[in-house]
Amino acid sequence: MQLTQRAKSVDRSPLTWLESIYLWNILKGMAITLRHMFMKKATIQYPEQQRSFSKVFRGLHVLNRDEAGRENCTACGLCAVACPAEAITMEAAERQTGEEHLYREEKYAAKYEINMLRCIFCGLCEEACPKDAIYLSQTVAPANYARKGFIYSKNELLIPHPITEREAYVKALGDRQPAHSTNPVK
Amino acid sequence: MNVYLIAMDSWYIVEKLILIGALIGLSFFIAMYTTLAERKIAGWMQDRLGPNRAGPFGIFQPLADGGKLFFKEEITPVSSNRFLFLLGPALAMIVALITSTVIPWGAAYVGETRTVALQVADVDMGILIVFGIVSVGVYGIMIGGWASNNKFSLIAAIRGASQMVSYELPMGLSLIAVLFMTGSLKMSAMVEYQMQHGWNVLYQPLGFLIFFVCALAECNRTPFDLPEAENELNFGYHQEYSSMKLGFYLFAEYINMFVSSAVMATLFFGGYDIPFFDESAWQGSALVLSTLTFAVMMAKVSFFLFLFIWIRWTIPRFRYDQLMNLGWKKLIPLALINMLISAALLLFLNK
Repeated sequence: MQLTQRAKSVDRSPLTWLESIYLWNILKGMAITLRHMFMKKATIQYPEQQRSFSKVFRGLHVLNRDEAGRENCTACGLCAVACPAEAITMEAAERQTGEEHLYREEKYAAKYEINMLRCIFCGLCEEACPKDAIYLSQTVAPANYARKGFIYSKNELLIPHPITEREAYVKALGDRQPAHSTNPVK
Repeated sequence: MNVYLIAMDSWYIVEKLILIGALIGLSFFIAMYTTLAERKIAGWMQDRLGPNRAGPFGIFQPLADGGKLFFKEEITPVSSNRFLFLLGPALAMIVALITSTVIPWGAAYVGETRTVALQVADVDMGILIVFGIVSVGVYGIMIGGWASNNKFSLIAAIRGASQMVSYELPMGLSLIAVLFMTGSLKMSAMVEYQMQHGWNVLYQPLGFLIFFVCALAECNRTPFDLPEAENELNFGYHQEYSSMKLGFYLFAEYINMFVSSAVMATLFFGGYDIPFFDESAWQGSALVLSTLTFAVMMAKVSFFLFLFIWIRWTIPRFRYDQLMNLGWKKLIPLALINMLISAALLLFLNK
């Protein structure tokens, strides 16, 4: 039965005397390796050169802020529910008067932790979020010596302030331009 | 008169001692940088860059590797024979270093009062000494493999021994044809013959090919690296070795490569002869000529080292039966025919 048009039948006839000193075939092989010596190298010199991540790469989480620098998260818990690895925990708190410049809505996350060892970087939290408050960035979680170092607290997850730390904010955003102002600010 | 002679002799000893020291240093230096070249060329042939982090272009990589080997923990297996376990790598190293003594490394420096040959010992049976010592080299592998008290090592040692014995035969036979032409076993005489009559490889291409294949086998280089078959025998005879003992085995392999390259260059490629140039017509200073010829010799050696590495990263290892078939059924008859034909031709032409 012929499965494909490109199938070649294997020649199983015994080697002729000339073939059995292997010389000609070895020379052919050596020509191939010599050619490869001058080919373009595939190496990327890691710390200096870095491969760009794909646009849809799902890396370390970022907690987003709006244009005024207020945290988007309202601690609704949808991300924690959506998370198949149960990596997200949070505690909600109520915004006090005088904190309007810190949190966008009346409720906010007082504590927000993601365990990067549990996380499978599926991106379901990002899809579940109604407030555009969490997204997966284009970086990987760096190595750490202790397990507790992999439990990222809110401070580590929050994106830099867009006004006071503009450069770091733009860098953290990366290729992701979150859809701003889809939720009216209250 | 007597005082003068004694002074002469002590200078002679000093001169030879310096030469020996330089030669050992050179062997180690070349061996070190062959390891770097090996890794670099392997990288290039596999579309990689090879080591390039230790110093510019990775030139300090061999130092880093050597330092690492020195500081590794040394483990001697409990049930091994301690004396033989130590003797194995020592023998491999000593044997690898001794062979370079009879090779002429450059044209003799002719000074006003004395002539300094760039050769430690110009003995009459030069090439036979090389052969004799190289065949002792197999004991390094055999003793090491035996003393490890490990079945893989023992199998590897036996393989290595049979391989060396099998390939020394065609090597010697292909050499005989060369000796017919040069008429001397002396290495310096061989180089002089080639300076006058052209390189031996022009008259003995088949002989050179056989010699080269056998040299690969004698150095345990791919495709003949059955004694240290990584994937089937777990590094074979040096499996139980660690630290600098392992380093000695690995270094001895590279020094062997260096020396056999030098032997091939001397026997077939005119030794230190500068191609298309008559050394006897040289008018300039003798020192420059010596340096030039030495550089030419090193260039030839480097070419052979590259060839060794190139082959290693091209072909996989032979199966054991293929190895034996090639040695006994192909190379020995070829070498015999080559010998007979060249003998007949020489007789015919001399008449």
